[in-house]
Amino acid sequence: MNFLKWRERALESLFLICALTAIVGVLLVFIFVTIKGFPIFEKVGVLKFLFSLDWSPSDNKFGILTFIIGSFLVTAGALALGAPMAIMTAIFLSEIAPKRVQKLVRPAVELLAGIPSVVYGFFGILIIVPVVRTLFGGSGLGLLTGWIILAIMILPTIATISEDAIRAVPKSFREASFGMGATRWQTIWRVVLPAAKNGLIGATILGMGRAIGETMAVLMVLGNAPIIPKSLVGPVGALTSIIALNMSYASGDHQTALFGMGIVLFMISFFFVALIRLISRKRS
Amino acid sequence: MAEPVPADAIQENMLSGDKIDVRDLDFYYGDFKALEGVTVGIKRNAITAFIGPSGCGKSTFLRSLNRMNDLIDGTRVEGTVLLDGKDIYAEDVDVVDLRRRVGMIFQQANPFPLSIYENIAYGPRIHGLRNKAELDTIVEDSLTKANLWKEVKDKLGQPGTDLSGGQQQRLCIARVLAVNPEVLLMDEPCSAIDPTSTQKIEDLMDKLKDNFTIVIVTHNMQQAARVSDYTAFFLAEDTNLPAKLIEYDMTDIVFTNPTDKRTENYITGRFG
Repeated sequence: MNFLKWRERALESLFLICALTAIVGVLLVFIFVTIKGFPIFEKVGVLKFLFSLDWSPSDNKFGILTFIIGSFLVTAGALALGAPMAIMTAIFLSEIAPKRVQKLVRPAVELLAGIPSVVYGFFGILIIVPVVRTLFGGSGLGLLTGWIILAIMILPTIATISEDAIRAVPKSFREASFGMGATRWQTIWRVVLPAAKNGLIGATILGMGRAIGETMAVLMVLGNAPIIPKSLVGPVGALTSIIALNMSYASGDHQTALFGMGIVLFMISFFFVALIRLISRKRS
Repeated sequence: MAEPVPADAIQENMLSGDKIDVRDLDFYYGDFKALEGVTVGIKRNAITAFIGPSGCGKSTFLRSLNRMNDLIDGTRVEGTVLLDGKDIYAEDVDVVDLRRRVGMIFQQANPFPLSIYENIAYGPRIHGLRNKAELDTIVEDSLTKANLWKEVKDKLGQPGTDLSGGQQQRLCIARVLAVNPEVLLMDEPCSAIDPTSTQKIEDLMDKLKDNFTIVIVTHNMQQAARVSDYTAFFLAEDTNLPAKLIEYDMTDIVFTNPTDKRTENYITGRFG
């Protein structure tokens, strides 16, 4: 075999190995977390683990429903606040803003995605917590603060992907609509958004995945109590923040339970990814 | 654009029977002057064809008749465009209503990703019609006028994008007819479809001109000769010079006995 051919083969293999790393990584994490966490399902029982509200590791009670509910509450609120804002940002950037304004706003949105989550947490503690405490009472650490911080954090994810989806709508649709005497608002609302619908849903699900997996910032602002919050400002624990907080000292069954929560988180994000795939396949 | 239109111009327009009367129109993309000094009267209930080589500004001119160029940043119009004697570039003009009255058909058929029914109902809906029975009537009427009803009446719920290219173009014509326009601007409506479908569109145009004023931009000189009553020939002498209206007359005259040497060269295929 001559050198050129050999080099072709070598390069192909190199690229293949790089691509495989992603798959191997996912598999390794999955296997590791499953091995470490699976015993808790046998010990406590799947149903009891998933659907019991009773979480007190010192008494060997490992029901994580409180945190599943916590995670979903935090995510749902963050989406309700963040997704409309993000999609409106995307509409503004792609349909309304003049080029000069776009040049100012787009980097700002992208920069938002680059801020480390611990800095968001910091910002939350210093600014949002006192504001929430003053306006709504409570300690300021809790559900509402989590919503606000997460809404800001998922905004760039949803906004950039939504903008791509909106820009992908053919210009001819807009021209046809304007050509019949539609206003800009009618064109956006009745033609552009429906045509970009799948992309917008995909963007929102991606934001959802980001919100449910976010750890550091929510850990810093949620209060992390093992209870279901009774009010908007009550403390709440999310799967991620509880794992992160407990991992440093947990041992034995407690540690196994944390890995079990990891499996649950893994399943949730797996579900989201599958959902996005399904939607994008429907489009084509 | 802002200067008042002379009263005699308006009066003349009312008497001449021209639907659209363009006077001394200059068009700019930024600093570049794309059209210069276009003066033309577009006859009511007739088909007027704009011909000329690529880049001669005929599409630009067409799009200035319903202010579609407003959507492009940095474009500017000087001169006047009178529609029924009223300047469409005057400050008090409702552009939305103007575009309803002067509808547009594009080169690429562009049905919305909606059902056939919803494509047609779109226009009436945006103009505020909610009544289902009235919408049904408009949908049937418009499709009938566009010679498409018989082909699609049993599948109104299917996506408009599933139709063939020629049917899609007739769907787009029906969609425009649904908002009850007075003028139809057609920007190379047949350049992307096969000869049989082209034939159908040309038959349709011939039928529609009884009730509408039609302006068509076409690259196809046979088409201009076949369908139009009047022909305007546009030409830019050089790519960086503004295009001008070289000749405008009844189609028969333009094609058999053109006044300008350049028109003759173009229609005999010596360039372009």
